[in-house]
Amino acid sequence: MMETPAILLSCVAGLLATAAVAVAAGRSAAATRVVYCATLAISLLILGTVARHLLADASAISRLVLPVGLPWLGAHFRLDALSAFFLVVVNLGAAGASLYGLGYGRHETAPHRILPFLPAFLAGMNLVVLADDAFTFLLSWEFMSLASWALVLAHHRAEDNQRAGYVYLVMASFGTLTLLLAFGLMSGAEGGYAFDAIRAAGHPPLLAALVLGLMLAGAGSKAGLVPLHVWLPLAHPAAPSHVSALMSGVMTKVAVYAFIRVAFDLLGAPAWWMGMVVLVLGGLTATVGILHAMMEKDLKRLLAYSSIENIGVIFVGLGLALAFHANAMEQPAALALTAALFHVLNHSFFKSLLFFGAGAVLTATGERDMEKLGGLIHRMPFTSAVFLVGCVAISALPPFNGFVSEWLAFQAILQSPQLPQWGLKIIVPAVGGLLALSAALAAACFVKAYGVTFLGRPRGDAAADATEVDRYSRAAMAILALFCLLAGVLPGRVIDGLAPVTQTLLSARMPAQAEVGWQSIVPIAAAHSSYNGLLVFTFIAVSAALAAFAVHHLASRRVRRAPAWGCGFPATPAVTQYTASSFAQPIRRVFGAMVFRARETVDMPEPGSMRPARFTLRLRDLAWDGIYAPIAAGVGLAATRLNVLQFLTIRRYLTLVFLALVSLLLVLAIWS
Amino acid sequence: MTTDILVQGSQMTLVLLLSPLLTGFVRKVKARLLRRQGPPVLQPYRDLIRLVRKDVVLAENASWLFRAAPYLIFAATWVAAALVPTFATGLLFSWTADLIAIAALLGSARFFLALAGMDVGTSFGGIGSSREMMISSLAEPAMLLIVFTLALTAGSTQLSTITTFVTSPAVGLRVSLGLALIALIIVAVAENARVPVDNPATHLELTMVHEAMVLEYSGRHLAMIEIAASLKLLLYVSLISCIFIPWGVAAAGAGPAAYAMGALTYVAKLAVCGALLALFETSIAKMRVFRVPDFLGAALMLGLLATLLLFVSRSL
Repeated sequence: MMETPAILLSCVAGLLATAAVAVAAGRSAAATRVVYCATLAISLLILGTVARHLLADASAISRLVLPVGLPWLGAHFRLDALSAFFLVVVNLGAAGASLYGLGYGRHETAPHRILPFLPAFLAGMNLVVLADDAFTFLLSWEFMSLASWALVLAHHRAEDNQRAGYVYLVMASFGTLTLLLAFGLMSGAEGGYAFDAIRAAGHPPLLAALVLGLMLAGAGSKAGLVPLHVWLPLAHPAAPSHVSALMSGVMTKVAVYAFIRVAFDLLGAPAWWMGMVVLVLGGLTATVGILHAMMEKDLKRLLAYSSIENIGVIFVGLGLALAFHANAMEQPAALALTAALFHVLNHSFFKSLLFFGAGAVLTATGERDMEKLGGLIHRMPFTSAVFLVGCVAISALPPFNGFVSEWLAFQAILQSPQLPQWGLKIIVPAVGGLLALSAALAAACFVKAYGVTFLGRPRGDAAADATEVDRYSRAAMAILALFCLLAGVLPGRVIDGLAPVTQTLLSARMPAQAEVGWQSIVPIAAAHSSYNGLLVFTFIAVSAALAAFAVHHLASRRVRRAPAWGCGFPATPAVTQYTASSFAQPIRRVFGAMVFRARETVDMPEPGSMRPARFTLRLRDLAWDGIYAPIAAGVGLAATRLNVLQFLTIRRYLTLVFLALVSLLLVLAIWS
Repeated sequence: MTTDILVQGSQMTLVLLLSPLLTGFVRKVKARLLRRQGPPVLQPYRDLIRLVRKDVVLAENASWLFRAAPYLIFAATWVAAALVPTFATGLLFSWTADLIAIAALLGSARFFLALAGMDVGTSFGGIGSSREMMISSLAEPAMLLIVFTLALTAGSTQLSTITTFVTSPAVGLRVSLGLALIALIIVAVAENARVPVDNPATHLELTMVHEAMVLEYSGRHLAMIEIAASLKLLLYVSLISCIFIPWGVAAAGAGPAAYAMGALTYVAKLAVCGALLALFETSIAKMRVFRVPDFLGAALMLGLLATLLLFVSRSL
């Protein structure tokens, strides 16, 4: 019998082999089917292997060292509870995307630009989660980044996509650079690159602070923390929809994994202010992300911005966990970490589902702009039903899964008055308010997304002639919708499943939920708080059914169809419906001036003139204007100035080299 | 067990039966304050019965969502209303959902109402939905901060526990609870589409919110939405009274006499709160829709202040 890590690595090798086969297959017609079947099978195999490992002993750690990579180091791999959980997240998403790809991929115009990179991307994500030394970790990380970059540029002729690819490449390089520095600092001068060596070495506070900052920059830029989020809404939507789902739903989670691995495991005991920094960043990210999503009219970009919000929610949970952990309050820390991990799982479900839905809309209509869609609920009944499930779930509404993780986060916040530090006491309630604000805005945002895309009347021919998508896509969406419901009504199972992770990282766990009756969840004590998703779901379903039954049988059940009433106005054309921008207008009035420097100008024709009126709206991304534009300008300026260096004579170059040598020697002399 | 189910069932029935009465009562008091005769107190029941008997006139492109939404809205609101203690605490299913979950259930109902407003594709539906979501995006965080205040005071988010705690002598007068009360009243006024945020009596002015969303509804669907609105009003009144005037609420398993007493005091509290609401509504003018964020912002700030006070000291 093979060891579990060996099986997992064979699976990864299988993914790489699939990529090679896809390269060889080129543009052949069967390639799509073969590749997606292979990735589906391998993802399921990994899931099965991890499940077997977890069922045997969830807290067991198994390792494997391969004699590749750096000669004195080898490549270390390790499977523990944390990596097992993230392997489940990665491969559930991968299996869903593969199933979806079986149908969606058939419409692909350039399959040879996607098929080789998708298995490679999956392999990269699996390797990051399994890696147990800095070298393997960074190599896998970079592999994952480059593979996803290639996927972003799958449709490279569109100008937007070229820009997205460029920005993504720059941000990914920046992220890897900071991670490189972070691991370099942790490994120390002796170069103990294996995670065990890093764990064993003590880290002085200043160094730990530096590493945490670098990790927030490196993992945060991949996850989309504000202000490092700018690439995400460009790059995620540019890829084909199932890849967007993987990038938003899964790759951001790999970044969360990297942060958890370092902050909770490798760095040792955290300081309290680390929790505060993470909390503030998380709260800001959640609010800014969802406000951007609210203003967006491109369906896939809206979803990408909403990923930023969810990453914010996850980081709020992680920040709380760090703060509690720093004060040795392990029980609340376990609660907060469970909330964050639960949200990781939830977000991977509903974000994949929503991106698949957006992909289905794209297949059926060729449109991503919501303001050209509408009325799809009549043309695509199945997609609209499952997309609705995703919308309700992501808006944190009971009885679906998004609510449970937010509820747990709120319960963790309510534990925080016991924290001794004043900074935390002031910040935590404010972050709680931001979290509630972003949840409420998320509901508004997804009413907009669903209402404008699927409800109302079609705003163009593309929407009017849409047809339902193929059965593979429908199956993938249905399975994810089912997961959203199941995690919402049976949250106790998920919480118990997460217990080994908190046990390994914090040596504490939430109370076992299996012992609570009726599938309730009780995070602290029954008198304190409890929630029962199953009963809430049953009550709503039963009372809605009862009400409908009673009204239909005791009173009236007749229906007449007539033109819409609309306060007696005669039938208006479909363009008079509320659009995405007009739906967002009230919220833009409230938050826009501050967050986006929104400018609205109305150009009305003079009385008697027949020319159309014009309304223009300008929104600015303050992070882009305040940080990126100056840096880009600075780099450009420096490049222009230094350009002269390219055109010197050999004499001058030699002089420069000599001067550099002398100054370095001087520095050395002064240093020692 | 059987009695527990009976008591819980009677609470569900009670809130369902009482809610139109509360609406009718508020209307009557308002009319009397304006020196009008006003419709009879029982008029909402008659309206509901008439509405469910009528045909539904559906707009031509209304979808299944439009037809399912009224029942879902009704169910979510009813479940939420039945989980707030009325005449007794610690009922059989009171642990199903805490205060956060009750607020979120109302959020679910609102989500579907706003979607239903977008379904037919008229501008009125869109205007109502977008404004409703703007109001809720401020009211919900305010509500949550109020929940934080209550939860930190009572050490629990369970409404039954909070009620029991507030009746105990340990509470005393607290600044944070006072701030929370004002904030909760503002949120309740906004959430129930009352003056000065919205006017429940009209749908013919441009500032309408709630009525614009339900403009296309008729017959039994409209009846469901109307009763859901009544239930929501009753829920907020019950919420305010079980937290801030908790006296008379029977303890868990107190027996029929105490329950009857509890029910009587509950009805009296509804009457007092309803009359106060009517008085408030007649003495204030409706505000412009873009003044509403300031109004709700005040609730948000009060909630935040109350929570901060409790983070500073648990006894404030």
